[in-house]
Amino acid sequence: MEPDPPRSPPRGLLPLGITDPEGLRARLEEHGYLADPGLATACFLALRLHRPLFLEGEAGVGKTEIAKTLATVLSAPLIRLQCYEGIDASQALYDWDFPRQLLHLRAAEAAGRAGDADALEAELYDRRFLLARPLLAALETTPSVLLVDEVDRADDEFEAFLLEVLSDFTVTVPELGTLRADVPPVVVVTSNRTREVHDALKRRCYYHWIDHPDFDREVAIVRRRVPQASARLAAQVAAAVQRLRAEDLFKPPGVAETLDWTEALIALGADQLDAELARATLGSVLKYREDQERARLLDVGALVARAVAGGG
Amino acid sequence: MPVAGPEIAATRRDATAGTVGFSRTLRAAGLAVTTDRIQRLVEAMAALDPGRRDDVYWAGRLTVCAGPDDVPRYDAAFAAYFAGATSGQPRRAPLVRPASVPVGVEAPLADPGDPEGDEEVPAVAASASAVEVLRQRDIATLQGAERELLQRLLAVFDLPGEQRRSRRYRPAHRGRIDRARTVRELLHGGGEPVRLQYERHRHRPRRVVLLVDVSGSMSAYADALLRFAHAATRRRDVPTEVFTIGTRLTRVTREMAHRDSRTALAAAATAVPDWSGGTRLGVLLKEFLDRWGQRGVARGAIVVVLSDGWERGDAGLLGAQMERLSRLAHRVVWANPRKGHPGYAPLAAGMAAALPYVDDFVEGHSLAALEQLAKVVAARA
Repeated sequence: MEPDPPRSPPRGLLPLGITDPEGLRARLEEHGYLADPGLATACFLALRLHRPLFLEGEAGVGKTEIAKTLATVLSAPLIRLQCYEGIDASQALYDWDFPRQLLHLRAAEAAGRAGDADALEAELYDRRFLLARPLLAALETTPSVLLVDEVDRADDEFEAFLLEVLSDFTVTVPELGTLRADVPPVVVVTSNRTREVHDALKRRCYYHWIDHPDFDREVAIVRRRVPQASARLAAQVAAAVQRLRAEDLFKPPGVAETLDWTEALIALGADQLDAELARATLGSVLKYREDQERARLLDVGALVARAVAGGG
Repeated sequence: MPVAGPEIAATRRDATAGTVGFSRTLRAAGLAVTTDRIQRLVEAMAALDPGRRDDVYWAGRLTVCAGPDDVPRYDAAFAAYFAGATSGQPRRAPLVRPASVPVGVEAPLADPGDPEGDEEVPAVAASASAVEVLRQRDIATLQGAERELLQRLLAVFDLPGEQRRSRRYRPAHRGRIDRARTVRELLHGGGEPVRLQYERHRHRPRRVVLLVDVSGSMSAYADALLRFAHAATRRRDVPTEVFTIGTRLTRVTREMAHRDSRTALAAAATAVPDWSGGTRLGVLLKEFLDRWGQRGVARGAIVVVLSDGWERGDAGLLGAQMERLSRLAHRVVWANPRKGHPGYAPLAAGMAAALPYVDDFVEGHSLAALEQLAKVVAARA
């Protein structure tokens, strides 16, 4: 292998002192997010080369959380655009503040300035009457982290529109001209894969599929996020969740459910998991009646006992 | 400040040459490696450490993969390329897909004993797999003038979806007041009250999901049904998903997207590994619901099962999954070619178990029957 080429390229948005994915991983960990090497590399590239990050994975594996953590690491505001069916440009990009424009018009009229129509019109289409929705807000805030959450819920026309904004980070308002981002925001796009997102959007991004964490990482995540949990409880809960995931469930529990469960157990004053407690708090892990029934059939007690014996 | 010295330029050239070779392997493995993706890959390599195997692995995976199904293919291609095998790659992804644990990475993300990878690529090996006929079906070899005519008729087939009310509004003459448009109108008139503007909910077609049975018992119909599916997919305004079921579940929506029906069917024939094998409807329906349906593909959709209901597995499982499907989907339509035969009764165990959860049970054996099916899908029957 050739020796490493000297690395002194532009840093992009990388925080000072971070020169490789491992450094970023460590920084994310300081802020409470335990990323695997793949996710750390993806974030590193996204920050360094100003490209959006496209994250897919089961619900509750930490897709939204990484955007929040990146915002903390960069000490930048997180601007969130939650997608839903029927979302359009006026909800995502900008909208004119019609009532205020109207008020302004009336005020001008009252002041007897109605004669100068051109000047009045120019005043009406001023930046101060423009309501910045998340996409425009992210372009105007430097630095910022833009989270486009659950893009698969929006219609595919919206995707094409998003593509346009994300490819050159400019927005053209016909009455005002083109608004450009000085430094493009860090963009994190997430999808639960309820439908296939168009390839053109994915091509512009770094794609990463987030899996459920393995046992050790999950224990570490629980310990980090729920500090009140003892090492024993964290290990037992993580082991039980890992076993539940191996079962044939409609909705295998994600990390979010693991954390919920741990918090529920702590709220009940438990310092270790047992069959009784597990049965009582199963609702924080399994959220389908069929899954709960299945877990009951599997005998939660035995499952927990095995998890406690094996994992604790 | 960084000036690219000659050695850096040389490294970059080597890296580029290597990347092109690598991307050829990836393309052979069935990944959509476009020129802009290669460019992105080279950029990513330059930002990372091309001397580290992990960095090369992630640079490629982050830029080339477009879905969890791509990851095992990528892993296989990566392992093959960096083991020195640059040629003689199989044309397609391996038929037995490995679980989504990266291969050839020093630090695997998941414990190999960890079964969580299963939910993405469920192991679907079962009894019928043993007799699975993994052969490539050449759809072009269809005989008879009748077949040709049928193909031509199917090519101009139209499958409009049932309408549903969307959250969006469109301008209308009656309905609720469109405030934004009214105010805009007002501004035009210099603030003078003008006519109120109205808006109504827009209507959009529901998604149509076709599950086409390509097992042995359906082999006489599979071609025609896939042509029907292709015609349905071609309507861009109706979101359509096509899956084939046999001994495996295969999503062929992407293959069906070719405009030309011959190309589309040839692509589907390559993608589907289990032509004329057995049927495991229950297991595959479950896989469909787990991997696609529950997440949204089946939600509020019109799900059309094109099958004879011949189940080799447990009919009870099929019943349970049909119940689940009927709760997710807006409507479940079952088209059974056998129903068109005189004296047919739904006695096959699978069909009998599924029937209580089917909203419309139609025939599917002739062109007329398929036209009827299209009407049922559009709720115009």
